[in-house]
Amino acid sequence: MYSEKVMEHFEHPRNVGEIPDASGTGTVGNAKCGDIMKMDIKVENDVITDVKFKTFGCCAAIATSSMATEMVKGKSIDEALQLTNKAVAEALDGLPPVKMHCSLLAEQAIHAAVEDYQKKHPKE
Amino acid sequence: MTDHIIYMDNAATTATRPEVLEAMLPYFTQHYGNPSSIHSVGRDARRAVEKARQQVAAALGAQPREIYFTAGGSESDNWAIRCASRALAAKGKHIITSQIEHHAVLHTCQYMEKQGYEVTYLPVDENGLVSVEDVKKAIRPDTVLISIMAANNEIGTIEPIREIGKVAHEAGVLFHTDAVQAVGAVPIDVNDWNVDMLSLSGHKFHAPKGIGALYIRKGVKISNLIFGGAQERGLRAGTENLPGIVGLGAAIELAVSELPEYTRRLTALRDRLIDGILKNIPDVRLNGHRTQRLPGNVNVSVRYVEGEALLMRLDLAGVEASSGSACTSGSLDPSHVLLAIGLPHEIAHGSLRLSLGNDTTEADVDYVIEKLPGIVRDLREMSALSAENSFQP
Ligand SMILES: Cc1ncc(COP(=O)(O)O)c(C=O)c1O
Repeated sequence: MYSEKVMEHFEHPRNVGEIPDASGTGTVGNAKCGDIMKMDIKVENDVITDVKFKTFGCCAAIATSSMATEMVKGKSIDEALQLTNKAVAEALDGLPPVKMHCSLLAEQAIHAAVEDYQKKHPKE
Repeated sequence: MTDHIIYMDNAATTATRPEVLEAMLPYFTQHYGNPSSIHSVGRDARRAVEKARQQVAAALGAQPREIYFTAGGSESDNWAIRCASRALAAKGKHIITSQIEHHAVLHTCQYMEKQGYEVTYLPVDENGLVSVEDVKKAIRPDTVLISIMAANNEIGTIEPIREIGKVAHEAGVLFHTDAVQAVGAVPIDVNDWNVDMLSLSGHKFHAPKGIGALYIRKGVKISNLIFGGAQERGLRAGTENLPGIVGLGAAIELAVSELPEYTRRLTALRDRLIDGILKNIPDVRLNGHRTQRLPGNVNVSVRYVEGEALLMRLDLAGVEASSGSACTSGSLDPSHVLLAIGLPHEIAHGSLRLSLGNDTTEADVDYVIEKLPGIVRDLREMSALSAENSFQP
């Protein structure tokens, strides 16, 4: 039911962990529904230089977290805000329909981390 | 990686045993007659059906005429609940069941509610046990049927069926039990248990899928499930699944003859696995009753990880299991059974069922005990939840 790409990211997730002095953090989902994603980003000159995730969730939740971190690493925060769940799912060669909400969580977690950074570093 | 797949999902289904397959094969190509035909080819087929009926009856302590072949557990449950309560509609429209029944029972009861019946879904305790006292108290003058499963498919808890049967019998209420998980795993005697109807399904004890039976005590009024020919005393029409019926008979006879040895061997393996998991992994709880449980059932909740991820990691390591997490149930909620025993959602999401069977060896159990802690550690390392951080945003 899962693509090889999903299984590969599930088996070998990229960017797992936390950033101690993160510039921004986003946490979405809730344990009651079985998925929580937490994303930490490090931002320098409006560029995401590092990103780490911690996810409680199924295969698809872990794989979408991993893929989303890869997609925004090295990108500007404006580019990161344009990340869509569809793009994450496509990069994983698709997700089963019932798992599309996992890709939405990944999008929301990245956006939440960037918004947290922007709140902490308001533009003059 | 193991050199073979370790199949620990025997509660989902089992492999057809070679002896069973061998007994079935002639009934595809050689003795393929229609049991209703009066010529010799048909009479051969009829003899095979009646032999299987005797084998099933003997396994349950029933009379052969009380055994009706069906297409499996779901059909038997549907038939018992829908058609027996309908036949008693003049007496009343109240049904008693439990919150932890299989969906074949629960969804049928929900359908009955739409038909104007009232259904009491009894709660269970933290071990998954139905209280006999609760059953007694729930009985009303208009109660027409009590349906309580003999053993739970997820957490393995064995229910006090004999005691419930006694209460039902004394109140003069019809008693059905879904014994799909119990057949071949615990000794059954329909008279000792005081059950009026009992569902069973072949594929849980090494017969093929799609064949089962409903025991209906002589004298119980039940309406037709399928209209048509005169098969199964005119109550369940349709040309018999001859090879399946032969396989069911052979499998149940083998299972019952091996029951003492099966129980001894699997109980030891089960306890070894439970102890090994609880000892080697922190923050794990056993679901279901510790001793009053099916010999092959292990069900644990692993905190801070999600069940489907656990399953897939085990699958990659060559171990096949199942989970009650929402992600595997195809809904947003984790298993109704785990919620009924009082688990919070996030703990229910991390459940893992390992159901052992005839082919399970001690080496298989030890492999799981060796592999599982590393898999759990890995998933916990990437989890957003932990002992320090069980936040609910
Ligand atoms: C307790 C219980 N009842 C009913 C069923 C349904 O049986 P079947 O798959 O033969 O329809 C199952 C099997 O999944 C079961 O475990």
